[in-house]
Amino acid sequence: MGSNMAENHPVAFRWVAEAKRRGAKVVHIDPRFTRTSALADLYVPLRSGTDIAFLGGLIRYVIENEKYFKDYVVNYTNAATIIRDDFQDTEDLEGVFSGLKEAPQGTNQKYVYDNATWQYKRVAAWDVAKAREEAKKAATFAEMIQKMVPPAAEKDPTLQHPRTVFQIVRRHFSRYTPEMVEQICGTPKELFLRVAEILAENSGPERTTMMVYAMGWTQHTYGVQNIGAAALLQLLLGNVGRPGGGILALRGHATIQGSTDVPTLHHSIHGYMAHPDARRNHDTLRDYMLTETRPTGFWANLPKFLVSYLKSMYGDAAKPENDFGYDWHPKIAGDYSFMASFHAMARGEIKGAFFFGQNPATSINGSLIRRALANLDWMVVKDNFEIETAAFWYKSPEVERGEMKPEEIKTEVFLFPSAQVAEIEGTFTNTQRWIQFHEKAADPPGDCRSDAWFTHQLALRLKKLYADSTLPRDEGFKNLTWDFDYDPGHYPTNTRIQGEPDVMKIWREINGFKTDTGELLKGFGELKDDGSTTCASWIYCGAYPEEGKFLPANRNPDPDDKPGTHLGWAFAWPANRRILYNRASADPNGNPWSERKKLVWWDATQKKWVGYDVPDFPATKAPDTPAKPGAAGMDAHDGKSPFILLPDGKGWLFVPTGLQDGPLPTHYEPVESPVPNLLYPKWQINPIAKIYEHERNQLATVGDTQYPIVLTTYRLTEHHLSGAMSRWLPWLAELQPELFVEISPELAAEKGIKNLDLVRVSSKRGSIVAKALVTPRLRPLTVNGKTVHQIGMPWHWGFMGLAVGDVVNDLTSWVADPNVMIHEAKALLVNVEKAQ
Amino acid sequence: MAEPMGFFTDTSVCIGCKACEVACKAWNQLPARNGGKVQLSGMSYDNTVSLSGIQWRHVKFIEDFTPDRSTGRWLMMSDVCKHCVRAACLEACPTGAIIRTEFDTVVIQQDVCNGCRACISACPFGVIEINPETNTAMKCTLCYDRLQAGMVPACAQACPTQSIQFGPISELRQRAQQRLEQLHAQGVTQARLYGHDESILGGLNSFYLLLDEPEKYGLPSNPQLPSTRVPAAAAVSTATAVVLGLLGLVGLRKQRMDQLAAAAKQGNDGE
Repeated sequence: MGSNMAENHPVAFRWVAEAKRRGAKVVHIDPRFTRTSALADLYVPLRSGTDIAFLGGLIRYVIENEKYFKDYVVNYTNAATIIRDDFQDTEDLEGVFSGLKEAPQGTNQKYVYDNATWQYKRVAAWDVAKAREEAKKAATFAEMIQKMVPPAAEKDPTLQHPRTVFQIVRRHFSRYTPEMVEQICGTPKELFLRVAEILAENSGPERTTMMVYAMGWTQHTYGVQNIGAAALLQLLLGNVGRPGGGILALRGHATIQGSTDVPTLHHSIHGYMAHPDARRNHDTLRDYMLTETRPTGFWANLPKFLVSYLKSMYGDAAKPENDFGYDWHPKIAGDYSFMASFHAMARGEIKGAFFFGQNPATSINGSLIRRALANLDWMVVKDNFEIETAAFWYKSPEVERGEMKPEEIKTEVFLFPSAQVAEIEGTFTNTQRWIQFHEKAADPPGDCRSDAWFTHQLALRLKKLYADSTLPRDEGFKNLTWDFDYDPGHYPTNTRIQGEPDVMKIWREINGFKTDTGELLKGFGELKDDGSTTCASWIYCGAYPEEGKFLPANRNPDPDDKPGTHLGWAFAWPANRRILYNRASADPNGNPWSERKKLVWWDATQKKWVGYDVPDFPATKAPDTPAKPGAAGMDAHDGKSPFILLPDGKGWLFVPTGLQDGPLPTHYEPVESPVPNLLYPKWQINPIAKIYEHERNQLATVGDTQYPIVLTTYRLTEHHLSGAMSRWLPWLAELQPELFVEISPELAAEKGIKNLDLVRVSSKRGSIVAKALVTPRLRPLTVNGKTVHQIGMPWHWGFMGLAVGDVVNDLTSWVADPNVMIHEAKALLVNVEKAQ
Repeated sequence: MAEPMGFFTDTSVCIGCKACEVACKAWNQLPARNGGKVQLSGMSYDNTVSLSGIQWRHVKFIEDFTPDRSTGRWLMMSDVCKHCVRAACLEACPTGAIIRTEFDTVVIQQDVCNGCRACISACPFGVIEINPETNTAMKCTLCYDRLQAGMVPACAQACPTQSIQFGPISELRQRAQQRLEQLHAQGVTQARLYGHDESILGGLNSFYLLLDEPEKYGLPSNPQLPSTRVPAAAAVSTATAVVLGLLGLVGLRKQRMDQLAAAAKQGNDGE
């Protein structure tokens, strides 16, 4: 659901095909009948953007028909926890939660939430502000964290108390009936019920179900909540932390997982630690620790991770007396996401930009982006070919239409040729968190260089430029450690390229080492908060445990028969663990739920956790260990709490902190929708959604008669993203040579469109031309008595390269999910007509 | 001769990714049509359209839906030379360019082929065509060069779902039979094998598991060798010759009559 695995992840789909051969059932729920649907046992259509209504329907089905995994739910989730008396649900407030307030200026939001009322009800009163004041006086980080431990939460293991999470969830989804699902999603009720039955039958002690998603779930103004709904459902069914269960996030391209781990995210630093932020209480290192550390559970170790990270940044200059250089570290002061940055660029607030492996000229609201690019003084594009972004100033549709003139565009474009993946060595991290090393096959041609080379050379030159600065603001950059040059005499001799950094030195910094001896660290358990260890990324710690032993290069698969966790193949973070929270694969007493699904269990004679995977639990903590009242860290959890990263050790059905737009997933319509919100008529869209105001970012109204058709955008197997790696290659270009729009025979007949006709597709933002591909794989849906047509367009094309075509993203808008600022390209409104 | 080798293509797990097409072109250094600048075919996701001299693997896409969508399938199948045990092309080739290899596969020797096109019309599957760059007939060689080096053919190597399987024919037949039984047990009663036994041209060394009748995939259910049609063709030719002879006689007679008539008329005029 929300993914097209066969088309966009064909190599990974081999295992789905293999599972099918062994009798697994594949269900595909999608607005379009795709190549994945073709291989599925059951295809279920739904209207694009209604996944929460569908999943909410499944949640209701599982609860009302008592199909949930009771032992799992009671022991391993927060179902029994009682929420504060002043919490109000969307059922109480007609579509919003308690805590809604007007958004401050500059957030591009109408409303935001204060999540105070979403918290657990504590057994005793607790004054956070006062605790914080006390904690600030502590001598050590450990003592400080200890003082922040809140009183225990109230619980009712019978799940009967009306304010237990379980009862709140039950009431929240009570109106998500099969009939409601049919009316909102356009999915026939019988089909929906078949999915519900298959799901329930295939979950429990003996069986598990996996949910697989990709951009079909993320690219919505409630993208995170789509995944949250799946998590809630999987927890109810007991499908988390167990083999064959979980939620599989298919990544958009190679090592996207790695790039969020390391990271290239604007709001987090390595290993999912929050980026120091001027808007939060992060003024000093202690403030940061107090604000960000969860005092109970595994995240209580944050001070060790952060101090080791600061040591990796500033080396010997990072000392206890200067808070390990924390004050030098840049802080974010706003939304620096993709759309926010281009919004600023459109206002002329950004002077220069680097584009590596990215082609924004064909990205969301393309025309607005290309106009924004013209506001830059300079840009650097590093790619394999002269992509649209590098050529926007002389070949974009705006230039063709005479709306922009090359001679008036001041942007200076620097195009650097890039090496391809086979021409560089390094690691990829896949969606299963496996870090896999790949070697270099050949030197890149001509002046093509790796991104590592470019960044390394740029850093060396900048370091030189700043070396003599006496400005206080440059102190951090001057102290930044940058020692990735090969040792003298060690530069590889089988290459003509000079000036590459030593990737194993980069890995040394990522993995971490003891600052006195330089000895590599064997795992994050060795990290200290006193400056005696350095480690850029705590989650990658242990991948390079000693010189000459680099686990990502391991290639020792398990034999055919067992156990199939392949611990000798590559390295999976954290700690080479293949399934997170795998304590949940055993019952509360530590025994496997079933022989068929055993993975990790408690060995009473050895007095430790054993099994096929690396246990995700303190190695010798027995299942009957009680929680220590008032303790910080892992001691706060008992031996039956598998979700060690969460403060209470329980899987969260109800999410008290961490989400901007509510503790429970709620059905809202896409920002552009053909129909009103049937469940919450007063709140059509996610009230917290980000909408970037701009004259070229107009939005269609609900049921807009000028734009009545739902468009969903997607990718094809034959091309890659904006086509920068595929549209220039003849063998790939000929496979999907031209832009097309998939239209159902019904809509085609209505509009007088024949197969291969040129059609014009228009939204409030733009208008493009494509060839019609009339296909029964698309179908109109009946939504609350109204016929809704959906069309689909792959967005690979642009105006450069061999296979050219209009930019589909000229139709999409700048609206975003408030948690992660992803756009909404899966459901928008357009019109289709035969082109003149 | 080494053991007969070939392909078993299980269309039930084909995802239409076309990795086989690209791997084939990359290994065999076959060009894209018109340098890759071509037009959308409008035939589902198929833009390479057919097998040809430069297209030795071709994935077919068959959209099979009822108007109300109560049933619907999107069938995909990677088509290729069948490497027939009784190969029509080999039989038709006048120069001996087409040979049977030690792997029981059928290969056109490019340095012997004179581009006469006899094999093109002989092949009942429409596999062979002229490569415009060489003006010789070309088709899948079952990666003869890779086989000689003990390697798996490029397409089978690239196939992510093991839809294209390569191996000794005897082993592939067993595997195919097991897969067929499994599908039948799962209720896919329409599944069938095509070319796995001698009934089709003595056996196809590239055989298939299909999810419907061969015609659905554009495959002939009962393909024939040209030589089997020789007696009938000869009879037709004889009959044609007789008819033509008679017509000729009639024509001559008419000519003679016309001349007589003209002479008579002239005679009359002279009177």
